[in-house]
Amino acid sequence: MNLFWLIPLIPLVGVIVNGLFGRRIKSEKVIATVACATILTSFILSVVAVAGLAQLPAEERHVEIVLYDWIPSGVAHLSDGALHAELAVFNVPFGFLLDPLSAVMILVITGVGFLIHVYAAGYMHGDRGYYRFFTYLNLFIFFMLILVLGNSYGLMFIGWEGVGLCSYLLIGYYIGKKSAGDAGKKAFIVNRIGDLGMILGILTIFFTFGSLEYSQIFEAAHEYPLGAGAITAACLFLLVGAAGKSAQIPLYVWLPDAMEGPTPVSALIHAATMVTAGVYMIARSSALFALSPIAMTTVAIIGAATALMAATIALVQNDIKRVLAYSTVSQLGYMVRACGVGAFSVGVSHLMTHAFFKALLFLAAGSVMHALSDELDMWKMGNVKKYMPTTHWTFLVGCLAIAGVPGLSGFFSKDEILWYAWSGPHGHPIFWAVGTLVAGLTAFYMFRMYFVVFQGESRMDPEVEAHAHESPKAMTVPLMVLAVLSVVGGYVVIPGVLRIGPLAALHQRFNLVEWLAPSLGGESHAAVATTRDLLLASAQPAIGLLQEAEVAAEEASHGLELLLMLTSSTVAMAGIGLAYFLYIKMPRRADQLSEKFSGVHRVLWNKYYIDELYDALFVNRTMDAGDALWVLDDALVDGTVNGVGHATKRSAAASTAFDNMVVDGTVNAVGYELTRSSRMLRAWQTGYVQNYALIIALGIFVLVSAYLFL
Amino acid sequence: MGAIGLSHYLLLSAALFAIGAIGVLVRRNVILVLMSLELMFNAANINLIAVSYFRPDLTGQIFSIFTITVAAAEVAIGLGLVIALFRNKDAINVDEFNLLKG
Repeated sequence: MNLFWLIPLIPLVGVIVNGLFGRRIKSEKVIATVACATILTSFILSVVAVAGLAQLPAEERHVEIVLYDWIPSGVAHLSDGALHAELAVFNVPFGFLLDPLSAVMILVITGVGFLIHVYAAGYMHGDRGYYRFFTYLNLFIFFMLILVLGNSYGLMFIGWEGVGLCSYLLIGYYIGKKSAGDAGKKAFIVNRIGDLGMILGILTIFFTFGSLEYSQIFEAAHEYPLGAGAITAACLFLLVGAAGKSAQIPLYVWLPDAMEGPTPVSALIHAATMVTAGVYMIARSSALFALSPIAMTTVAIIGAATALMAATIALVQNDIKRVLAYSTVSQLGYMVRACGVGAFSVGVSHLMTHAFFKALLFLAAGSVMHALSDELDMWKMGNVKKYMPTTHWTFLVGCLAIAGVPGLSGFFSKDEILWYAWSGPHGHPIFWAVGTLVAGLTAFYMFRMYFVVFQGESRMDPEVEAHAHESPKAMTVPLMVLAVLSVVGGYVVIPGVLRIGPLAALHQRFNLVEWLAPSLGGESHAAVATTRDLLLASAQPAIGLLQEAEVAAEEASHGLELLLMLTSSTVAMAGIGLAYFLYIKMPRRADQLSEKFSGVHRVLWNKYYIDELYDALFVNRTMDAGDALWVLDDALVDGTVNGVGHATKRSAAASTAFDNMVVDGTVNAVGYELTRSSRMLRAWQTGYVQNYALIIALGIFVLVSAYLFL
Repeated sequence: MGAIGLSHYLLLSAALFAIGAIGVLVRRNVILVLMSLELMFNAANINLIAVSYFRPDLTGQIFSIFTITVAAAEVAIGLGLVIALFRNKDAINVDEFNLLKG
């Protein structure tokens, strides 16, 4: 168990091997084996580590390993209002934390991640960038594990940015496709907005607590009063970060476009793991969120609004991956809403079950695409079950699970969310009503897709149909494993009212909510938030209080819980029934309805015009600003540079003229003068010896004459 | 007719010098120019010896012997130059040689 720090590092080995030598290895088998083996090793280590963790008593399930000091920087000044030391050392250790929350996360990441790796080995067969794909995928797992295992917000941020990078690389994996590149950029830029909130949140936390380590922060958080301003600010900033990563309003727009990436990527990053990082972060920060009712209410409202909005959009989309993408946004809204009402552990439970059935649905959709020559439009499918029996039944299991049909995993976690939406510390019947409506919508659009794709009559292109075939084993086996998980995954969160007979025994042994309790200090805190003084006065651990409160609540409201459960199940069944009625029984009815409500249909089809709104408000305004800056650049900067160039040329011309006229003129004049004057003297230099002799003689004559006669 | 005195010698010397000088100036043949030069040397020698004779002092006679010696050397050099010139230009006419004309 003490080797759990190896878990994130092993996928890095795969990155190094495939990243550096993948191009030369060439053999797809070797590349896929390396990639899958590293994840499998991590998974095995995770299981061993979590088993070790489970041996410990509940209060001691908190294992920290500090590898080294990551940022051992000097002294930082804190705000005047800080309760603690005036000076804090900005020390961020590079350490890992294994506790119940990170245990659940690493099992989901490495487990589902391994299945998706195996699936991808078959799905990406024959792709030119095979080694590149697996390098990115392993790198993603590495960063995701860093994100959930880090023992401080600093380390979480490394993972946070790293998975964002991998998401960008994998969305834009098909480098020849412009739409893929655009989608990658969109995801990256929208996430950047969220990351800014994340940074501000982290800095606010450091500013307030003087540390980034979870243990120190959550310890210190208890000393703050309910609704402390600094904590509310930090939580709202963190919420912006979560909205970016987990695709919540208003930053959800990147996720549907992210479907441009290969389908295993959509399953792993944009359904099962990375997009849940926001939910994980909120759950991890539960001790802070619980102290801020404003932040909690904001979280709940954003989650509920996102769930409803995305579910309505998903009703009318025809691209199977887009339906799943909006479904993911909607389900993430569910999880966020669960956190917002104070039921963090239930949010994490839904995170886990959702990882199973949404990964299953994506992979099954990928299998369908694979068989039908990359067709995405569900209206060009139909009766696919004839060709793909395994894909068909696994997809059906996924649909039943997400629709919340009793007995499957989605039912348990979704029902717990709905129950806490009504009864949770920050719950409200409105949240329950919205959640139930969304559950009905979810059941409807999932079964609409199921019926249109797998049942009914074939609308396939004959040529496509001729090539339709079941996918290879590498793809179907992960589907079957995930289908089993989608069924049994929910039995760790059994609603109170169903804890009878064998289920009660099961609940005693495997109770995810209880397992998570030590990690989610905020949950117990939230449960008794209004009686905080009581908590402080009481020597009893907060967990005990929660359990007492829970027991009391359960006994008082078993009837209500049962009623709500029946209502939501009925709504889900009604959604399935309606889908069957509209798309199998009376196929024309659906068209008539969409014509009758053509206005609503158009708004939903265009996704509430949100992309257009953002284009008009932000994207185009940014481009306008760019144009304005271009004009400024052209006129002012280029003008200055050109002006300087022009002036230099002018002064150079003047200098040339001066050089030619004055300097050269002087030199030439001197030369000319010398030539001219020497021409006279040259006449004397005849070269005839006798001339010189004559001159000598005359000279002597003159000198002697002068001597004699003067 | 009186006895031959110093002035006779000096006149002879002057005449001889004048003839040599004119020869140097007007003759075109290099050999003749050199011969005219010799005349001028000998005019000077007559002068020296005459003066030495009429004023009892042997210095002039010794000096003239030096002059003759030097003249012999000079002629040797002069004739060497003439041969060099002839080889270059196939001529011994002074007019042909004006390489140093400015």
